[in-house]
Amino acid sequence: MTIKEKQEELVKEFSRYENWEDKYSYLIKVGKELNYFPEEYRTDKNKLDGCQSQVWINADFKNGKIILQADSDAMIVKGLIALLIKVYSGHSPDEILTNPPEFLATIGIDSHLSPTRKNGLGAMLKQIQLYAVAFKALKSK
Amino acid sequence: MDFTIPVEKSVQKDTTKRTFDLEKIRSDFPILERKVNGKQLIYLDNAATTQKPDVVIESIKHYYTFENANIHRGLHFLSELATESYETSRLKIKEFINAMSAAEIVFLRGATEAINLVAHSMCRGNFFDDGDEIIISEMEHHANIVPWQMLCERRNVKLKVVPIDDNGDLIFEEFEKLLNPKTKLVSITHTSNSLGTVNPIKEIIDLAHKNGVPVLVDGAQAVQHGKIDVQELDCDFFVFSGHKLYGPTGTGILYGKADLLNKMPPYQGGGDMIREVTFEKTTFNDIPNKFEAGTPNIAGSIGLGVAVKYLNSFDINDIISHEVNLLNYATKKLLEIDGLKIIGTAKNKSAVISFVVDGVHPYDIGTMLDTQGIAIRTGHHCTQPIMRRYNLPATARISFGIYNTIQEVDYLIEALNKILKMIR
Repeated sequence: MTIKEKQEELVKEFSRYENWEDKYSYLIKVGKELNYFPEEYRTDKNKLDGCQSQVWINADFKNGKIILQADSDAMIVKGLIALLIKVYSGHSPDEILTNPPEFLATIGIDSHLSPTRKNGLGAMLKQIQLYAVAFKALKSK
Repeated sequence: MDFTIPVEKSVQKDTTKRTFDLEKIRSDFPILERKVNGKQLIYLDNAATTQKPDVVIESIKHYYTFENANIHRGLHFLSELATESYETSRLKIKEFINAMSAAEIVFLRGATEAINLVAHSMCRGNFFDDGDEIIISEMEHHANIVPWQMLCERRNVKLKVVPIDDNGDLIFEEFEKLLNPKTKLVSITHTSNSLGTVNPIKEIIDLAHKNGVPVLVDGAQAVQHGKIDVQELDCDFFVFSGHKLYGPTGTGILYGKADLLNKMPPYQGGGDMIREVTFEKTTFNDIPNKFEAGTPNIAGSIGLGVAVKYLNSFDINDIISHEVNLLNYATKKLLEIDGLKIIGTAKNKSAVISFVVDGVHPYDIGTMLDTQGIAIRTGHHCTQPIMRRYNLPATARISFGIYNTIQEVDYLIEALNKILKMIR
């Protein structure tokens, strides 16, 4: 599936939920389903600043694709990062960089998250894009 | 102490005051009618800021509609009118905390600016020698830590910290031990914003004074919940924010004993604080104007006077007993929730409850309660040393105001139970 298709799928999934409680329930469920995060990845280097909760994102580069793994001590934040991983993990740096996360606006997550939370989401996204830029540069060497 | 007046003691009722009718009180605050995320707003973040009654909102509109002009300098009609409103507000504040004179009341942006003023001014003046000490406590808001650290760095002064025990009570014996001839100032909170602890402030002041040490009291979490009488307390400085006492944001008060304020050099230079300016030398105005450089927040300060008048329209004992009821009821109900722990169980507490739930991040609690229209605070509450003391990254905090109800507590508990089931 392309990033675009994955985004469309998430939009479809979220459209099933009418109220915010159900949307958050889904978000929490997605977070709980997030793969096991290896302890050796829980480093300061992988830790994001500027969130009320703790967030770690690790990126590996295999066969031209970026493999993302992440964790957070807050369930909702974990759900948000899980959404980003669903969309972006397993894709090339170019694919990641040319496909902005339009689905966030469509499912209403960007407008319903307060500034501090939004920054958390923004910081997570920025980190994923930074990894993509870094691996792209590495590849072209 | 004023704060501890138990409800059952039935203090003489002040019949000139408004009856404490919760429904009527709620109708004074227009924002309480609004919906948030499709639900009726339940505002439980009063320690961060309180909502404003319509008399305060109207006073600001009235000022800009009928009185707006710059104060103190103009001799035209509007300027005199604005000056009179602004100075009348100062008088109301003076009466509110029972200062000796209105000259001891400085209008500022908030409690934070008030502490910064004292720290900066004392730093510039002759108040400290090398090796002197300032005592604060472990439960201070960052606003009562950082300004002193900045002073300490510049003046080679040491910051000493009175520890708290596991309940969040100040360890008084440690305070006694820290006091010594090098102590030049005690700066301490009356009421902790994250633990709710109400400190034995009168005893602290008395002991400091016995040692010849002046005391600054951070009253940001105290003035809205009980009677403050600065002459009875005999504190040397008392600071508070207007927005936490149902007044406008960007307003706050520094009370200082006149002889101290007179000795202190100005904090900022500019208009209104001068007597005469030449390029060679400037002489300064008297207190309080010496500390009010530039055009102040005139509308806000007038609004603060109105807020104080609003609060004064009630018998303070009615407010105290209402908030004690809310605190006790909410504490009891919260503790029935499995895995919930209250952080801050001091003997004498204000209507603030910090809590954590086993295995659940406060962030999730705050976010999910918001979907239910309930506003609470999560995070470190600008008291990172307290979080470190309890080895917590954050807590969830509910804090009550005059307009909160038992029904709102019930709704909160119901919502908490629901969301904890979802998160866990």
